[in-house]
Amino acid sequence: MGKRVVVVDDEEAIALALEYLLRKAGYEVAVAGDGESALHVIEEFQPDLVLLDVMLPGRDGYEVCQTIRSSGSFPQPKVVMLTAKGREAERAKGLAVGADAYVVKPFASADLLAKVEMLLTRNS
Amino acid sequence: MDARLRFWSVWGAVAAIATLPFLLTGGLVWLDLGEEERRFFTTIAGHWLPIGSVLTIAALVAAGVGLERLFRIYVRGLAGLAEQLDVMRTAHAGFRVEERGPPEVRRVAQAANRLAAAREEALAAVEERVAAAQASLATERNRLAALMAELDEAVVVCNREGRVLLYNEAARRLAERSMVTSHAVAASGALGLGRTLFTWVEPAVLGHALDSVTAALAKGERSAQQRFAFVTPSGRVVRARVAPVVELGRGRTHQEVGFVLLMHDATEDLAREAERSQLLFEMTERNRGAVASILMAVEVLTNAEAGSPLVPRLVTAIAREAEGMRARLVQTAAEAERLLAHRWPLEPIALGVLVEITRRFVEERVGVGVRVTQEAIEGEWVAVDLFLWLHVVAALVERLRDDYGVETVTVGATAAGTWAHFDVRWQGGTVSFETVAGWELEAVTVRGARYPFSVREVLERHGGTMWFDRVKARQEAVLRVALPVVAREEQSKGEGETKGEEQEHAYRREEGRPLSFDFDLFAWGSEVGKLEDRPLSELVYTVFDTETTGLRPSEGDEIIQIGAVRIVNGRVRREEAFEQLIDPRRPLSPESIAIHGITPEMLIGQPTAEEVLPAFHRYAQGSVLVAHNAAFDMRFLELKEKRLGIRFDQPVLDTLLLAYFLFPNQESNRLEALADRFGIAMVGRHTALGDALVTAEAFVRMLPLLAERGVVTLRAAREAAQQTYLAKLRY
Repeated sequence: MGKRVVVVDDEEAIALALEYLLRKAGYEVAVAGDGESALHVIEEFQPDLVLLDVMLPGRDGYEVCQTIRSSGSFPQPKVVMLTAKGREAERAKGLAVGADAYVVKPFASADLLAKVEMLLTRNS
Repeated sequence: MDARLRFWSVWGAVAAIATLPFLLTGGLVWLDLGEEERRFFTTIAGHWLPIGSVLTIAALVAAGVGLERLFRIYVRGLAGLAEQLDVMRTAHAGFRVEERGPPEVRRVAQAANRLAAAREEALAAVEERVAAAQASLATERNRLAALMAELDEAVVVCNREGRVLLYNEAARRLAERSMVTSHAVAASGALGLGRTLFTWVEPAVLGHALDSVTAALAKGERSAQQRFAFVTPSGRVVRARVAPVVELGRGRTHQEVGFVLLMHDATEDLAREAERSQLLFEMTERNRGAVASILMAVEVLTNAEAGSPLVPRLVTAIAREAEGMRARLVQTAAEAERLLAHRWPLEPIALGVLVEITRRFVEERVGVGVRVTQEAIEGEWVAVDLFLWLHVVAALVERLRDDYGVETVTVGATAAGTWAHFDVRWQGGTVSFETVAGWELEAVTVRGARYPFSVREVLERHGGTMWFDRVKARQEAVLRVALPVVAREEQSKGEGETKGEEQEHAYRREEGRPLSFDFDLFAWGSEVGKLEDRPLSELVYTVFDTETTGLRPSEGDEIIQIGAVRIVNGRVRREEAFEQLIDPRRPLSPESIAIHGITPEMLIGQPTAEEVLPAFHRYAQGSVLVAHNAAFDMRFLELKEKRLGIRFDQPVLDTLLLAYFLFPNQESNRLEALADRFGIAMVGRHTALGDALVTAEAFVRMLPLLAERGVVTLRAAREAAQQTYLAKLRY
């Protein structure tokens, strides 16, 4: 059975592209467009990994990540934060709130997929 | 020599008094005698004359010796007393004449000493009053000095001729960087009181700026400040501002007496500016081309037929261009962040200090109880703008109090790798993430005062960020601010390198105060007029001393240490001292080691005379050389002149000869004796700088004594020295 990945991004183009690429790479994929629905999707879908955009309407990515980490209700997925904020401080904050990796947009999709695969294989 | 003349005339008188009555009586008797009696008398007298003459001469010699003794005791003793009294009066009020010689002279000496004690007491009382009156002025000046010393900007105050009256540590560093040198020693003397600024500030450029200042003043403009930039000999780009120092003249007219230069080494700024321009270029020009290509390709693609061989090629082209844009974006963003960090000067501060200052500020301004965490605060350093930082934390705590009723918070700091976490914690109520995000974006407000910056702006300026978190174990909520940790080397930027070099070569003695000034130099005239005829009190002196491998320069002995200090405006400038050990490239004689205590190991790695003497030459430029027994030191310098292509052709004064001129009746005029006579503390005897300092202090005290003897100009001083030199030779 393929690993499960949730893509959380409010930018449609990126969400679509990521969904397509991840499916092609053999993952099961679910998509959410904002922080609130992301938490629902994650709870239901029980993913192994979440690709989490930082700039989301409502609750932002940092908060979603902190919420995931602070609730012990579901098995903890890996979290890769995606953001257009390139500052070092943002990266530090992302890692501080519990992300496993921090990827700055724009990124090459091949790099992102490699990172996802690495995190998931290290897990198992 | 009139004393000597007097001695001989007294002796002559004694001789006359002793012999004349006999001769006269003899003459009278002779006249009264008859022929027969005369012959008889001649026979007897002829028989006794040799004995009588010998006895008479012996008596006269005895009288002479006795007289000489009396003369030495009374006349020369009193002359010596007079010299000592002059020292006491002019140079060293605490000095006491020697109470020796016959009782009468001793009584005079004792009376003189009692008078001196009374005078010293009276002087002390006057001085106390003067000191009290000057204290407030001194406080003002020290405050100014402290202020300038703290400035990162280089400050130099000059008189109208461009001679330096004041400079701070930053200016000294800038001046040293401005000279073309490979060795730290060689840069010394680039900036000094009374020295001209034009060795490293472009005269034409500064002159033009000064003309503009004068013109602006003449037009009555309120701000006569001018900005300009110049390039130093070493290629540093310096941005400067110049403003006039104006004094209210006699006729209530404003008179320019000098100018203030504020300088800033802009070399790095310019480099960063160039980088920024380059970045902008990368972002615009290069990406413009890439976007154009992509747009074109997409346009063609939309019209292309499916299966056309054009399609994959266009897609490849788009991918290539987009990838190029991505790479450039990532790179420029990183560069931009690095450059941005230099835009605002942040002060390095230890985490522990930051926590304590923050606690006090927040408690005082917000009135919320602030405790400092019990956990150890790590010894890391961060860079902050304290004003912005304190207001941001105060504003956040104020929001916590107003919106959540928080009455006490705990602050603390920990290090996490390259980040320092500054925490504000409180019990109970949590804050929603959205609220915190809102606080970040609002203008910072403390006690109703709104500041024109938001929490996020300030944190971004510090390269930091902030988030809210909960510490479940302690039922605590926490606002955590992450700031980048700075390396401790960065604590005092720029200072480290120069300080290090100084310690290594130990050629400059810091007197604890990094700022030097002498505002009396404002009144200095221009240097026109021959050095020879200028008053001694106005000249600049370089007082120096050397330690050597031995006493015979012509047989190959070499200088191993040179120490010098300048006298400007009649004051010894200890802070501008020159001190350097020199590798003589030959062994030291054991006797010399016993004197100066410099061992061969101390000379390893020291520069050679070829490097040091040109630096000393520049240090001494435009000044009169002064040394104790100058002939000895000058001989060593002269032997090197030809090979090094420099000439120490300035006038030389010898304090030993001047001392002989002033104190011919004292037993010794060695440096120790002079120090004792003038009440100068001897520190570091037989180190070049130590001896140079004593010589300088002694020389300064000789100046008023010389003036009383009519020796006012340099020419007169040289003549006086020459005269004593010849007198010494005759002995």
